[in-house]
Amino acid sequence: MQLPRLPFTPEQASTVSGEVDALYTYLVAITLFFSVLVTVLIFYFAVKYRRRSENELPQPIAGSIKLETMWTVIPFLIAMTIFVWGASLYFTLYRPPKDAIEIYVVGKQWMWKFQHTEGQREINELHVPIGAKVKLTMTTEDVIHSFAVPAFRIRADVVPGRYTYAWFEATKTGRYHLFCTEFCGTNHSGMTGWVEVMEPTAYQAWLAGGGSDSPAAQGEKLFQSLGCATCHRTDTQGRGPVLTGVFGKPQRVQGGTDVVVDEAYLRESITNPAAKVVEGFQPIMPSYQGQVSEEQLLQLIAYIRSLGAPPGQQQQGAMTNGGTGREEPSTTTGTSPDTQRSNPLNSTSPRPGGSPVSTGNSNQTPGGNSNR
Amino acid sequence: MSSIDASVPPATRVAPPAADSRVRFAHDNYINANYGIKSWLLTKDHKRIALLYLASITVFFILGGIYALTIRLELLTPAGDIVQPMTYNKLFTQHGIIMIFFFLIPSIPAVLGNFLVPLMIGAKDLAFPKLNLLSWYLYLAGAIFTIWALLNGGIDTGWTFYTPYSTTFSNTYVVAAGLGIFINGFSSILTGLNFIVTIHTMRAPGMTWFRLPLFIWSHYATSLIMVLGTPVIAITILLVALERIVHIGIFDPRLGGDPVLFQHFFWFYSHPAVYIMILPSMGVVSELISTHSRKNVFGYSFVAFSSLAIAVFGFLVWGHHLFTSSQSVYAGMIFSFVSFAVAIPSAVKVFNWTATLYKGSISYDTPMLYALGFIGLFTIGGLTGLFLAALGLDVHLTDTYFIVAHFHYIMVGGALMGYLGGLHNWWPKITGRMYPEGWGRFSALVIFVGFNLTFFPQFLLGYLGMPRRYHAYAEEFQVLNVMSTAGASILGVGLLIPGIYFIWSMRYGKFAPANPWAATGLEWRTMSPPPTENFVRTPVVTWEAYEYRPMEEMEVIGPDKGNTAQPAHGEATKN
Repeated sequence: MQLPRLPFTPEQASTVSGEVDALYTYLVAITLFFSVLVTVLIFYFAVKYRRRSENELPQPIAGSIKLETMWTVIPFLIAMTIFVWGASLYFTLYRPPKDAIEIYVVGKQWMWKFQHTEGQREINELHVPIGAKVKLTMTTEDVIHSFAVPAFRIRADVVPGRYTYAWFEATKTGRYHLFCTEFCGTNHSGMTGWVEVMEPTAYQAWLAGGGSDSPAAQGEKLFQSLGCATCHRTDTQGRGPVLTGVFGKPQRVQGGTDVVVDEAYLRESITNPAAKVVEGFQPIMPSYQGQVSEEQLLQLIAYIRSLGAPPGQQQQGAMTNGGTGREEPSTTTGTSPDTQRSNPLNSTSPRPGGSPVSTGNSNQTPGGNSNR
Repeated sequence: MSSIDASVPPATRVAPPAADSRVRFAHDNYINANYGIKSWLLTKDHKRIALLYLASITVFFILGGIYALTIRLELLTPAGDIVQPMTYNKLFTQHGIIMIFFFLIPSIPAVLGNFLVPLMIGAKDLAFPKLNLLSWYLYLAGAIFTIWALLNGGIDTGWTFYTPYSTTFSNTYVVAAGLGIFINGFSSILTGLNFIVTIHTMRAPGMTWFRLPLFIWSHYATSLIMVLGTPVIAITILLVALERIVHIGIFDPRLGGDPVLFQHFFWFYSHPAVYIMILPSMGVVSELISTHSRKNVFGYSFVAFSSLAIAVFGFLVWGHHLFTSSQSVYAGMIFSFVSFAVAIPSAVKVFNWTATLYKGSISYDTPMLYALGFIGLFTIGGLTGLFLAALGLDVHLTDTYFIVAHFHYIMVGGALMGYLGGLHNWWPKITGRMYPEGWGRFSALVIFVGFNLTFFPQFLLGYLGMPRRYHAYAEEFQVLNVMSTAGASILGVGLLIPGIYFIWSMRYGKFAPANPWAATGLEWRTMSPPPTENFVRTPVVTWEAYEYRPMEEMEVIGPDKGNTAQPAHGEATKN
């Protein structure tokens, strides 16, 4: 799929950039062909059949079924090739691979907050290693935002009240624009940042610089301080269900249906507990909406998720891994993005500004796009 | 091309210029039937109501244009240095609201449609003349609410009103502006209803469905969308207002609502609304291409039914605005598929228009220049729509300047060009005066160049990744933005020229004969301007649509029964 890049296209810095550009090139070719065809015909007819005398009366021409069929069927077939190509690309773009590094994104008027599973936090800067798949789990504290990195050809809206996902694998080191592309209020055009793609070694050094408490540990503290542990006990004597081992598994709720315990369900059960109550329990839990921030919600989910990891598997959210080639637990259920699971966001107050350590920034060329 | 003298219209088609231009029309017509402001404000004549609309939407077009030019001025430099961010947000919001709801949606239907639908089918008026007047007053009431909102500080949500920003976060006059649009919506509904009933019940003897001009077919399709779609946006606006005022949780997730639900509701109307804007323009272009090449429209029934197909499919594609909104990927696939399907009837129209030119007698009069320009620009606008319907590519392109360029090619390059072309084509009928042909051609050219220079660079900006609705932008985008702003200045000047000569021509233009273009439609078989009752005798249609004949054989229903040779406006008499 490596075609020569057309002029006026952004840097190709991810595995999908070239694929998106190839489809773009195909469509540019189709557009050129039909625009030139129509323009040439119009000019040719306009000159050849220009009115030569005022009383000219051309012979009427009845339509032609053959021609009508031709210019209905051919454009339709062409349109279908674009449809199929576009759809298959869409599935690639919106189905995060299983072996991805997970990074958590919270949008907020007007900044992007990032949380690496290893504990690093960033604002408006995102450091990622080259050649590794990165999955973003995103939500927002206020209005809808949209996360877009043109050099990666990715974009996904960030919607309040739910988790959305995007993924990429960077193929070129450098600094690339990050834009909010859904109008989000006064300083919308200031909600921009940079994605810094680094060599793996530089990335490792960068990671080593700024660790803090593991997100699951932060979640555990919250779980105690908010009093969750009073009812959700580890034995079966609590007024709420036991949370150990539930993540990723189906749970029978009142009304007799089964619900898979994923981020969306946990989020709903914290903010709107009465929505789907586990069978055998009373709807007595108060709502924590407004009492926990989006980041804290992700930490709580991280903690519950860490309780749910089947024995023998690596626990997500723990600071155990350098960040590449992570294996996901087999409890991941969904094939659709909506059911993809995510990791927690760490800590409550991110450090403003750039990277925690400077050793990782050898590839940084301020103002430039890359350093090859 | 050189054989046509660009400045002097052939004398045979136009009455000799009056020695003194301050003359009145010899025959009774709808303009000289009554004088005084009351005779206009309380009129039930569809032609006068059309002129009321013309005046009101022109005011809004100028206002929206000023907003547009201010936006382009701000974007001349990457830094946000001319207006405050909040002001900029209000500028693009108000540009969108005014241009879409108060200019483009009423433009062709309420002005040309109002004037021409009864004339083209040989009726005395629309089916419900009082309702027609009411719809203008509703338009005005909606406009006043919206203007009130603008004067009190404006609105900053974008014309799309996305929740929860519009319901919970914006501190601007969302409810007032929404109410304006809500009221204005009823104006659309009533106009659509009036057209549907009129076209069904008031066709002249012999005017069968397949003898109808394609302008009528496209207005019929448009009316269906107006009647079926507009209530949805009305309800959506009400829900937004309810959530803002009494905090009912419909769209705000903190109240248990779903913000994406709003996008479904909004685009369920607003995508078909795009067809409300473009279908009438397609109808105009069918007329112009036929008239100015003196050829029957190639594949009449395919063009007619493609309008209906667009109206029906248009209701099923709203989800293509939500490909990146966390909509399920499978829903995305279906909406993408239907979006490609709806492109086909548009393509069919383009090919049929082009084929109509074959072996025609093509004039280079201003309306034809607009029509040919329309085909080119609409082709580009339509084909770039395919980029956006292609799921994987839309992910990169949506919410960038590519979208902005695409819909301006449809709405300005398409709808506005059709409107201007139509206005020139029927100006002689509406006012009884000719516009200056040389200036007309010149300004059409300026507008075409200015338009392309404004919006073509935006396609490139979009693929490069420049997001829309950005007050300040990254420096690498500047060159293309400067080109766009330069184009906007040319476009602005180009649009000013017709404004000036149209007004000039109402007093000083040459008198128009009944049928200056030797066209076939019924509207050309009555006098220019038409009498209040449109036709002094009910016309009987014995010919097919676009059946061109020598001028001598085309009867003009004038004040003197059966007067054919004499242009129907009669001799100008000195006042």
